[in-house]
Order: sequence, then structure tokens, then C-alpha cells
Amino acid sequence: MSLPERQTDIGPPHYEKFLPPVIKKNYGKWAYHEVLSGGTMVHVAESGDKLYTVRVASPRILSTDTIREICDMAEKYCDGYLRFTTRNNVEFLVSDKSKVDPLLAELKAKKYSVGGIGPRISNIVHTQGWVHCHSACTDASGIVKAVMDELHDYFTTKTLPNKVRLAVACCVNMCGAVHCSDIAVVAIHRKVPVIDHDTVGKMCEIPTTVSSCPTSAIRPNPKTKSITINEEKCMYCGNCFTVCPPIEIHNPQQDGVAIVVGGKVGSLRTDPKFSKLAIPYIENEPPRWPKTVAAIKNILEVYAANAKKHERVGEWIERVGWEDFFKLTGIPFTFQHIDDFTFMRDTLRNSAAFKY
Amino acid sequence: MGGKYKTPMLDELEKGPWPSFVTEIKKAAKRTEMADDELGQVEKSYKTKRGYWKHGGIVGVLGYGGGVIGRYSSLPDEFPGIAHFHTVRLNQPSGFFYTAEALRMIMDIWDKYGSGLTNMHGSTGDLVLLGTTTENLEVLFAEYSSRGWDLGGSGSAMRTPSCCVGQARCEWACIDSMAICNEVTQYYQDQLHRPSFPYKFKIKVAGCACDCVAAIARADLSIIGTWKDNIRIDQAEVKKYADAGMNIQSEIVDMCPTDCMRYDGKTLKINDAQCNRCMHCIAKMTKALKQGKVKGASILVGSKAPIVVGSLLSWVVVPFMELEAPFDNLKDLADKMIEWWDDNAKPRERIGELIEVKGMRPFLEAIEMPPVPQQVKYPRKDPFFFWSESDFN
Repeated sequence: MSLPERQTDIGPPHYEKFLPPVIKKNYGKWAYHEVLSGGTMVHVAESGDKLYTVRVASPRILSTDTIREICDMAEKYCDGYLRFTTRNNVEFLVSDKSKVDPLLAELKAKKYSVGGIGPRISNIVHTQGWVHCHSACTDASGIVKAVMDELHDYFTTKTLPNKVRLAVACCVNMCGAVHCSDIAVVAIHRKVPVIDHDTVGKMCEIPTTVSSCPTSAIRPNPKTKSITINEEKCMYCGNCFTVCPPIEIHNPQQDGVAIVVGGKVGSLRTDPKFSKLAIPYIENEPPRWPKTVAAIKNILEVYAANAKKHERVGEWIERVGWEDFFKLTGIPFTFQHIDDFTFMRDTLRNSAAFKY
Repeated sequence: MGGKYKTPMLDELEKGPWPSFVTEIKKAAKRTEMADDELGQVEKSYKTKRGYWKHGGIVGVLGYGGGVIGRYSSLPDEFPGIAHFHTVRLNQPSGFFYTAEALRMIMDIWDKYGSGLTNMHGSTGDLVLLGTTTENLEVLFAEYSSRGWDLGGSGSAMRTPSCCVGQARCEWACIDSMAICNEVTQYYQDQLHRPSFPYKFKIKVAGCACDCVAAIARADLSIIGTWKDNIRIDQAEVKKYADAGMNIQSEIVDMCPTDCMRYDGKTLKINDAQCNRCMHCIAKMTKALKQGKVKGASILVGSKAPIVVGSLLSWVVVPFMELEAPFDNLKDLADKMIEWWDDNAKPRERIGELIEVKGMRPFLEAIEMPPVPQQVKYPRKDPFFFWSESDFN
């Protein structure tokens, strides 16, 4: 069988090929939009034209079967036009208002979750986990599934003071915006790696391995043609494992997840914020991570009960103070909460005014 | 096919209302041994609490140094179907728009040569095809590229740029984020496909400060739409919001970060000279408030995730830049940034980290930007600072 002729450096297909006519006509001329329900909205153009969007959850890992099913529905109700969001939702782009309700009915019959629009939880941005990554110390997809089952009503109908952006990263490489999310899970190691010295000498570049360490805990060991790790300095980031596989960082009994809170990327009202540590460690509990799920639900519901309308999680916490956050959520404050890395100077309190 | 393994742990994750990734893998496992063995290996991970993937190997297509991430099971004898399980990154169209016809074509080819599993989409933005063998890579590339679809970036290279939905469906987009994204992707094809940088370089384009693509947190070069002139107010629409129950004082005026708004129960006034364009009022009263007409983008630089020395959010370097097609001013600026970084960085050093090491001054001089107060939260606190010969003239 002969192959078709390959082309190089053509880049992605031009997006115009995939825009529905109503978008082509009103490109750059949208007047406003209205959220109609947890998973539907309408955009109205200056011309008066309307585009209805129906947003649907996806587990991000999709089989070709499910994508074809989604394509079938897009053809039936949207002339074949659809898009995905930056948070991995599917959006059906409906130009004909009369097709919105039949689409919703078919989605309901097929058990799709419609939601994620407005002051709610949207899909959880997450990473590959045990499904496909060498450096994962938890499974991202499993945690996402367990958390979203529990918080499903906040995706579809229930409202919150503002939107809440959740993320799960299966290691500190954070291939998702965990570091700036309202509530996020990041998997961590807690033990100094175990080195297979014989293999290090054969497989690894020693200078690269030494310079991979953010705390300068690694030194070359000319005698063994390997490296030594200063255990007092190691913060278990695993970057040495990334550049040198025989430095085994995984420890299934001690690996687990941390919960961070209060980050955001938008500049609305207050500057974008990093997420900060709320819970330093929860053990991995496959298949459904009940302690992690309960911890996230607790933080979310304390936020919902205490924040002002339009306040994001981080804005609420900064208004009431972190001391109140720990009191209201009942989360214990530990040595791990006090920064002894890059940001120590900025994070210690230097004021005589605070709460109990 | 399928059903080779009992998966009691994963079966628990088929319960509940949220769509299940396990169900997706099982669907593909009915057709491919790859997906079936993937299911078996993930079940084993759930039992032992650890992953079984080796570090990525170097695989790819002829003439490219990226776009494919080698992935191998560390248990190839137990799970032969995933002895090779490489990822192919297809460069997504701007804004993640598709037609059913295009998606079906992509899926038909994937079913022929891969596991039947995808990510829609990967964290950087690519359409991710999850799991194929080394021998199928050239075939896949020929099939896709001949139909107009190219590979995305990986490794120490320009990574696949991405953007928000922009002016295609959003009244707040101050710039044509989809056009900018497409244009820079095309401009950097060589750097995207042939890794030659010190480390990865990501570009993200957001139409406004809501930043739906997390440009400020996840891109070395963050392009965020903004405007310069006065917010346009429709007082009749303001009244409709009030009539519909919005508490304009507490929800809008009191939440304005610069205290530049006043509302007397009838008329909403904005002291635009004090407005910092945060987008709160406009996002909450989209029918009543519109951005000004002098639109462009703020250019920020440096954000990244924690590895190696802590996370960074991007820093403002150019407060305002008009961006009209073909965006040559943006390309020139990006070229200057990348050249300075390429000349000065150690291997695996991101541009934000390099600026921390070298200081902002050499970077700003390299991109020919003067110092302006918009670049800092506040001036330096300590009395230690450099003087150059050029400062004495």
C-alpha cells in the first residue's frame, strides 16, 4: 500500500474552515451574552444574530467511539460545528434555537452532563497520571472522576459565589494550571530517592543531574561514578529522577497528594494569585480517594457559606485572613505550611495585627 | 477483543454521574489490544499505587525533532500491547473549533494505526493521540499531513501556541486572539518542529484580562488583550441590571479595585483615568459596559510551573501594543526575546528563570523596551543597584 505524500511545516489547518456561518458573519461583532442555565448560554451579535452554546462534560480521555457519537449529535443539531474549551469541555454551537431543546433531550438520554457555565465548577484541568506518565505519583483521572461525582451538582445546577476552578496534577511538574487554581490537588513525594549507583554511571549525565536539583542537595561522587544526595536538603521534587531514571523517587507507601487553594489567573478585582498550601498530605486511596474528595468538598462548602458574591476562593481567604481559613475549615496548621523555600521572606507575617 | 483483564478497582470508577475515563478505555479495548493492555496496567497501578511507564524515549518522524513523545511500558512482557505506547501531538486549530467531518477523519486514521484513545486536549493545547507504535509513526504523519494536519511541539522547542475563543464568540476579546495564535504558529514552524532552544517556550493569547487560556500562568510569552480609552456606558442597560435585582453599589462599585466608580441610584459614573482595566465591572454588566475602542494587548513574559526553582506568573514588559494582522511587531518582539534567551540561558532554563538570574535590565535592553512604572508592583526596596556607563551620559 502506498502512502499519501507527506507535507512538512504546514502548521494547523486554518480555523476559518471550522467556524459556523453565524460566527463567520459576526466575527468580532458580538454585543453581549447571557447564561441561560448551568450549561447553556446565548451570544448575541450587534446584527441581532444569536448563537446558542451547550457545554458538556468530558473525561478528557475520549475514545474514538465517543468522539464519533459527539460528531453525530453535532451534525444533527449544529450543522456539524463544535468546539472544545480550554478546560476540556465539549461545546455544541447551535445556530438554530429550535434545536437547543432536542439536543438537550438527546444529551440527557445519553447521560451526558451539561454544565460548567457561570458561577459554578467547570471541568477539572488535569494531567495523565498512571494512565500515561512515568513521573506520576497519583492517578489524575481517578481523582477527577471521584471529585466530580461528588460535586456534580455544582457543575450542572447549584451556584457558588463565583466560578471555582479545580485542577489535579499528578506530580510537581504540574502540566496543568494547578499553581493558579481556586482548589487544586498536586501529588507529592515525601522520601529521599533511592539511588541505583551502578546504573547512574552508565545512564546519566552527572553534571545535568547535579544541576537539576533546586536545593543543591546533589553532589557528584567520583568514587562510585555516581552522585550523593544530602538528605537534609532534599525536598523530594523528583527533578533528578526526570533527568536520571535510576534515581528512584517513587515510594508507593509514602507518596500522596497535597491540596492547594486560592489561586486565580484573571486580573478581575485583584491580581492573579498563586495557590497556597492548605493540606500538605493525604495518602493515595485508589480507586476513589475518599479523604481527598472529602477535603475538597469541605473547602468548597466553607467558601460557599462564607464568601461574598463575586469573590473567588483566594479573594475570600485574603479578606478574612489565612488564620480564619484554617479555623473555618478545621484544617490543622503544620510546619509544612511555613515556606522554607523560594518565597519565605514574602510569606512570613510582619505585622502586629492579626486574628485568633 | 477486550476483557482480557478483571478490573475490580477501575470498575468502581464507572459508577456515578461524571463521565468515566474507564468507560472510554473499555470502549477502545473492545477494538485494540493496546487499549486492553492499557486497562490491565492501570488496574495494576491502582492495586500497587505506582505507575509502570518508562521515561520517554526519542522517537519521531523524519525531519522533525518533536511532536511525538516516546512512551514504553516498564512491564512489556506482562502487557505486550503497550510495549510501545507513544503519544502523537496534532496541532489543534485556533480556538479548538472543529467540524464533525474533520474530527471523523482524524478518528478514522487513528483507529487504523493507534489505540483508539485521545485527549481532547493536552495541557498545552494539542489534540493528543494516545498510544501507537514506532513503526506506525511515519504512516500516521503521512496520512495526517497530506490531509492538512501537522504535528505540534515537544521537547526544548517552541511549543504549540494556544488561545481563547476570542472574537469568534466573545464580546470581551480586545484582540483577534485566534488569528494571532494561528499567525505565530505558522511563523515559528521551524522552531516548533526542530527543537533548538535551551528549553520549552510557550505562547498563549488571551483576549482580555479574564484570561480563559491561563496565559499569565502558563506561557513564557503571555499576550493579554486590553484597551486604553474610556469604558462605554449604556445607562439604560445599567438601569435594567438594577431593576433585575443587581446591587450595583455592593457588587460593582464596592468591588472596583481602584474605587473609580460612583452610582447614585440612577447613573453610573467611571473616572476612567483611575481605572486599571481589571474587567470586573464589564464582566458582570456585559450589556451595559463596553471596553473603549483603542484596543491592543499587554505583553507579559516568564510564567511557568514550579520546576525547577518555584512557580512564576508572567511579568509585564510591554504595557500596550496595537496588534493588527500580520502582527509583525509581535513577531519582532518575540524574536528579540527568544534570541536573548537562546544566547544566555543554560540548558533547561526557562526565560523567566533567566531574567531572575540576569535581571530585568539586560532583558529590556535586548527587546529595546524602556523602563516604565507599569512593569513593577513597586520600585526596589534595597539601596543596592547597578550603574552602567550609559547612565552617566
